[in-house]
Amino acid sequence: MAVKVKIPAQLRPATGGEGEIEVEAETVGGALDAVFAKHDGLRERITEDGDLRRFVNVYVSGEDIRFQDGLETAVEDGAEVTILPAVAGG
Amino acid sequence: MTVTGLSCKECGTEYPLEALYVCDRCFGPLEVGYDHAGIDAGSARRRIQAGSSGIWRYADFLPFASPPTSAIEPGLTPLVRADRLAEQLGVGEVWIKNDAANPTHSFKDRVVAVALAKALELGFDTVACASTGNLANAVAAHAAAAGIDSYVFVPANLEEQKLLATGVYGTTLVGVEGNYDDVNRLCTELAAERGWAFVNVNVRPYYAEGSKTLAYETVEQLGWRLPDRVVCPIASGSLFTKIGRGFEEWRSLGLVAGGLPIFHGAQAAGCGPVAAAFADGDDVCRPVRPDTIAKSLAIGDPADGPYALDLARTSGGSIDAVSDDEIRAGIRLLAETTGIFTETAGGVTAATLAKLADRGEIGADDSVVVYITGEGLKTLDAVREGFAMHEIEPTLESFAAHVPERGAVAAPALTRMI
Repeated sequence: MAVKVKIPAQLRPATGGEGEIEVEAETVGGALDAVFAKHDGLRERITEDGDLRRFVNVYVSGEDIRFQDGLETAVEDGAEVTILPAVAGG
Repeated sequence: MTVTGLSCKECGTEYPLEALYVCDRCFGPLEVGYDHAGIDAGSARRRIQAGSSGIWRYADFLPFASPPTSAIEPGLTPLVRADRLAEQLGVGEVWIKNDAANPTHSFKDRVVAVALAKALELGFDTVACASTGNLANAVAAHAAAAGIDSYVFVPANLEEQKLLATGVYGTTLVGVEGNYDDVNRLCTELAAERGWAFVNVNVRPYYAEGSKTLAYETVEQLGWRLPDRVVCPIASGSLFTKIGRGFEEWRSLGLVAGGLPIFHGAQAAGCGPVAAAFADGDDVCRPVRPDTIAKSLAIGDPADGPYALDLARTSGGSIDAVSDDEIRAGIRLLAETTGIFTETAGGVTAATLAKLADRGEIGADDSVVVYITGEGLKTLDAVREGFAMHEIEPTLESFAAHVPERGAVAAPALTRMI
């Protein structure tokens, strides 16, 4: 599946300034791995021991993946995977 | 006290005092740091007591290099001793910190005053927020008074009173189809795209500092002492944790002595991710989809959840969740024993106090401060259909015939539920 991964401003220094990265993947975890393969510096910033860090939220087409299957959440062709900081609001 | 910079609560990385809120390295939240050295408790107290009649009297402990000002100054709300409530619950000493007595009738005036003053200092000309209602009122009002533009984003299904009490100030009010967490996600994305100060996104580290003033006022109004326990609502967890930070700061500086209070958090059962994590022994919160009448606490993905859990646990406290019926009963309990009419969030807090008392967790000698964060007139639906009104002709006979003596029951046909 062709998936678009949206990178928040705070992480763009690690992607050479890129805000959207197109990858091929079947799941959210696969999409993130594909992004890490292109920009290895991102991995340690948003993951720890293979899981997302606790202040990182990931959405598939606007839906928090914790309401779905987490990193195993399937992605459809053309889906948008958005990474965002979790520390806003309240 | 000198404000020194921002630092990541997770990894300690330091940042300058700018509109930043997330650590680039680990995505942790940023918090304002201060240099406490050289603070003399006696002179700090005198400066406070000679200060303004609102939150700016605590300017030495807020994130500004020079004394802040604002068109609207919140704070110094009443701390009311609630002996009838304490007696009814069978506990020692209960104090109600009535923060509905702020300019837009909730504690959000505190955080917005700080955020707006900081936003202006940083050069912003527009403020914005993601809100469950009270923040919307405060941002719209403070921006109007300061003469700057504002954008307020709320769930479209918010209580009518909160929508009207936002729109009246002339803000750009945006009702988003979705719950608060959807609004918050949208605002997190917008904050990166627009050059606005989103009070609870990109200037959140400063905004959150405003809640410390509730701790400072509590100490000052209790006669420079700490309560034994506090009961405080939890939505994002920011208010809860910053009250803790306020007490700790003053204690470490010698402005107040004694042990830190035990912290009891209050959530609605229909949106209780922090209470659930507390009960399960988890240190992170699993997000939930809110379904509660306590809309001002309806944050399903609480940003400061892990820190709220830490504070409740390390202080020896708890985090409870109460049902919608308990919330309605909490509103009535507070109103009938203290004369304070609170919104649903206050109902959550009052109901949690009642629960703690019922469980015997509050000792007979304990002093408890209960944080009532908002005004009952903003959530009238929560009390609708709860009372009977006698409907009579304007004559003495009609009154005598239709209004029963106290304690007697009126004929149902002659009353109307309101």
